Formats: sequence, C-alpha cells, structure tokens
Amino acid sequence: MTDLNLNIRSQHPGFTLEIDRMIPLSGVTAIFGPSGAGKSTLLRIIAGFERGAGRVAVGDEVWEDGRRFVPPHRRRVASVFQQPRLFPHLDVRGNLAYAARRARPPGAVEAMIERFGLAPLAARRPATLSGGEAQRVALARALLTAPRLILMDEPLSALDQVRRQEILPFIEELRDDAQVPILYVTHSTAEVARLSGQMLTLAAGRVTGLGPTAEILATTGIAAGEGTEPGSLLTATVDGMTGDGLCELAFPGGTILTPEPLGRPGATVRLFIRAREVMIARDRPEGISALNILPAAVESLAPAGPASTDVVLRCGAARLRARITRRSAEALGLAPGVVCHAIVKSVALAQE
Amino acid sequence: MTADLAPLWLTLKLAAVVTALLLVIGTPLAWWLARTRSRLAPAVEAVTAMPLVLPPTVLGFYLLLAFNPTAPLGAFWVSLTGQTLTFSFAGLVLASLLYSLPFTVQPLQSAFTTLGRAPMEAAASLGAGPLDAFATVAAPLAVRGYLTAAVLTFAHTLGEFGVVLMVGGNIPGQTRVISIAIYEEVETLDYASAHLLSGILLALSFLILLALYVLNGRDRRRE
Repeated sequence: MTDLNLNIRSQHPGFTLEIDRMIPLSGVTAIFGPSGAGKSTLLRIIAGFERGAGRVAVGDEVWEDGRRFVPPHRRRVASVFQQPRLFPHLDVRGNLAYAARRARPPGAVEAMIERFGLAPLAARRPATLSGGEAQRVALARALLTAPRLILMDEPLSALDQVRRQEILPFIEELRDDAQVPILYVTHSTAEVARLSGQMLTLAAGRVTGLGPTAEILATTGIAAGEGTEPGSLLTATVDGMTGDGLCELAFPGGTILTPEPLGRPGATVRLFIRAREVMIARDRPEGISALNILPAAVESLAPAGPASTDVVLRCGAARLRARITRRSAEALGLAPGVVCHAIVKSVALAQE
Repeated sequence: MTADLAPLWLTLKLAAVVTALLLVIGTPLAWWLARTRSRLAPAVEAVTAMPLVLPPTVLGFYLLLAFNPTAPLGAFWVSLTGQTLTFSFAGLVLASLLYSLPFTVQPLQSAFTTLGRAPMEAAASLGAGPLDAFATVAAPLAVRGYLTAAVLTFAHTLGEFGVVLMVGGNIPGQTRVISIAIYEEVETLDYASAHLLSGILLALSFLILLALYVLNGRDRRRE
C-alpha cells in the first residue's frame, strides 16, 4: 500500500483549495463534499491537468513540487470522468486498443471485452452507445492502461438509477479484483456507503474529515450542504426471514427488520440509515407503526443548519446518527449520556 | 493551345505548394491561438488576420521592399540560393504564405477551440504524450477544420492577383499565374484565351467549393 502525499494550495474563483495531508491509498477512497468544495479540482491536480499547486507525491515518487513536474501521461493515473470521453472517431475496440497499446506491458483488449461484456458493442461507434454502455467502455479503457491509481469524477451522476445499478457492480469488481486504488468523487451517500472503505470530506477547499467511511459517516460532521445526506453506515448479518416475510438483520446495536430481503441468511451486508430516517424518543414508544425501536444513549450533539441538530447515538457497539429539529432536542432534554430510544423508519441498500 | 495552359499548371503548383506548407505552419500557430491565455494572443491574431483586410497591393508593396536583394531578407535569400526572391517562384510562394495565412489559421483555430480540452485530457490519462495525442486524437477530430482550411487556402491562392503583380511580375513559367495571364490577355484584346482560362478557373472554383460543402453536409448528416 502506498500513500498519496499532498501539500497543495490552489486559488480558484469562489474558493481556495488548501490541503496538507497524507492519504493512504487502498480500495476506494470517497471524496465527498458540497459543490464548489474543490473535489474535482483536487482530482485535476492529482492527474496533472493543473500544475503549480504545490507538492504531489505517491509513495516516494514525486509527481510535482517546486522544480519537478511529471506530465499527466507519465503518471499512470487513469481518469474516468462524468462524461465517458470516448474518442468518437474510433469504435469501442479502437478506444480500448488506444489505451492498451500505450500501457506497459500492453493490455489485453479481448480479455477486457470479455470481462466487461462488451463483445456486442465492440464494433460500434461511441455515438451509438447508451450512457451506461459508454461508461462501461470508459471503465474498461481506464483499466487497460494498467494504472497505479484510478480517479473517478462522479462517474454515475449523468446516468439514471437503472443504469447506475448496471455500472456499480463493475466498479466494485474493479475495486475487489484489480487491486488498483480508486479516488472517487461523488455527491451520493449511497455510493459512498456501497463502494468506499475510506472517506475524505471537503468543504470550501479544506479537508474536514479523513478516515474509515463508517466512522466518518457516523461520527464526524458531514457538512449539510447541497447534495449531501448524513447518515450511518452499519455492518449487519442476515439472520433469516420471519414468518410474515420480513428480513431480520443483526448488527452490533441490536436487530433490524426490513420488508426487503437484503440477502441470504448468513450474508454480511452494509446498511445505510439516513439521519432523517431516525427519530428519537425518551421513553419506549407504544402504539407506533415503526418496527425498529432500539435502546440507545446520546453520545454527542452538533448543530446542523439553523433549526436542526444532529444527534449521535450509541446503540450497543454501533453508532447511529439522527437529524432532528433543535426544538425537539430541547423539548426532549437531550444531552450526552441521556438514555433514549432510536426509531429507525427505513434502511437502505449498500449490500456487498 | 498547350502553351496557353502553362499559367494554369503554374497556378495549381503554387496553390498546392502553399496549401501544403501552410497546413504545416498553420497547425502549431492555430493550436497556440486556441489554447493560450497569453496577453500577446490578440496581437498575434490581428497580425494573422491582416491579409483579410489589407489591399493585396499594400501587402505586395511591403513584400517587394523586403524581397529586394539589398534588404536583409532578400540578401539572405540570395546568399542562400544564389537567386533573388523578387520575380521568382520562391518569392511567390513566400508572398502567398502570408497572403493566405488567415484562410488556414482561422478554420483550424476554430476547430481546435471547438474540440475543448476534454479529448486531449482523456488521451493523456491513457498514456498518450502531447504529440501522440495530437496526431491520434486532436487532428482526426479536427479533420473538418483541416478540410475547410485546405480548400479555402487552395482556392484563395488560385485567385491571387495583386500580390503577384507587385512581387512576381509576369515571367512565363516562373510567375505568370492564371490571373496575371487573363489580365494580360484582356489588355491585348485576346478574349478567346481569356475566356478559356477564366472558364477553367470559374469551373475549378465551383467544383472545389461544391466538394467542400458536399463533404461537410455528409459529415453533418452522419452525426
């Protein structure tokens, strides 16, 4: 495992990107934050498309500092952009061959066509592909360069929900099989929860958090800006199905029931619970339709916007994040240590 | 009759040489103009576009002065080749390079600007160096710009008159291009010969432009 060493400062209209950090590179590192936080700029600096920002090094290889500058094509960094950026004058196979020819050692085009299920598309021009197909080709093409790092800038954001579900497994496979570290810029907590093991949060050009995704999502203050959705990431085991068709999930804080079968009994799944989907009650509520009522204790409170409060709850060994109004927090007398109940209204995806 | 067509062949040769040279010279210039943020860019652009607005005789007058064997450029040429630039084919080529420059640079520059930075960045992220990326991505994507530039440059050089008259004169086989020949034939009331050359030039210009628009139209429909 190598580290990405950044000591950069780069001025832009509206924000100044300023980062002095060492980021361990392994698996998927989600880069998360509101628009204008500097996420894409950070990727452009790492790729070498913007120079003069400061020092960028991977392991003991310096890509950029005051004197040196390794041009983008010598960094072995593959980029997958929001738009697939396929070459329109080449067919799909030609696009893949373009990358394969320039890799050391040359990549195996046919094997990649097989792996990404591109055989029916191989002779087609990019203009005739759907958005999802084109992004699949772009992923295969990036992988063919035998990169040491892959940068993805919102690769799914131009796709609809159905297409996203088609592409996600390929990104997961890339993460699990290819052993290439990925920096993944996204606005979507669902993607963060599903893909990333590590998370870097940015706000107004500065790092606000860096660490394991579950920890960052649950405990640190993810800026509640546009497009961000705070929540909790939990690892759970599927216990089985109840007689009336509910899926029973065990996690370190208790048991959760969902109407969707989220996996076979014994399977480990990752759950994402939005902070807005968690209510808090001082006494165990009676006569309520919610199925998941978990005993909890308040760990910390943090303001989230003008009228809201984010409450981090301890549920057994797990943490749950709840977003409630400040008025409710005051009415309930919530403070660190207060014993209460968390009512989880819904649980979302993030299976592996 | 064959002797009458000599100006035509000379003109085609001049246009072909100038077009080939300008595509080579114009590419880096147009690329720079399309990418640069330099404050010099507007000045360079203005100089490049000058032949569009300047009367050819003005350009020809200054070139005549520069080509003179006593002027630095003219003297340098004489020392290099033993021949003068004025009243020679080489002089015509040099003059035409300047005269037709905007017809090469402007279509290329607009093609490169339309391209944006995305394709070159994609190529770089796949391991292609700048020259590699230009040859394999930017140039093929700008092919319509190249076609337009080549056709306009060629056609514009075909019809050159004022500059040739100033720096080239009227030497058969050297500088007697088609427009000069027609002018002289009309002066000597040889309307039959003037008709022949004019007709050929008219048809040629139409065919070249027709080919350009047909090709462009086909590309548009394909997209």
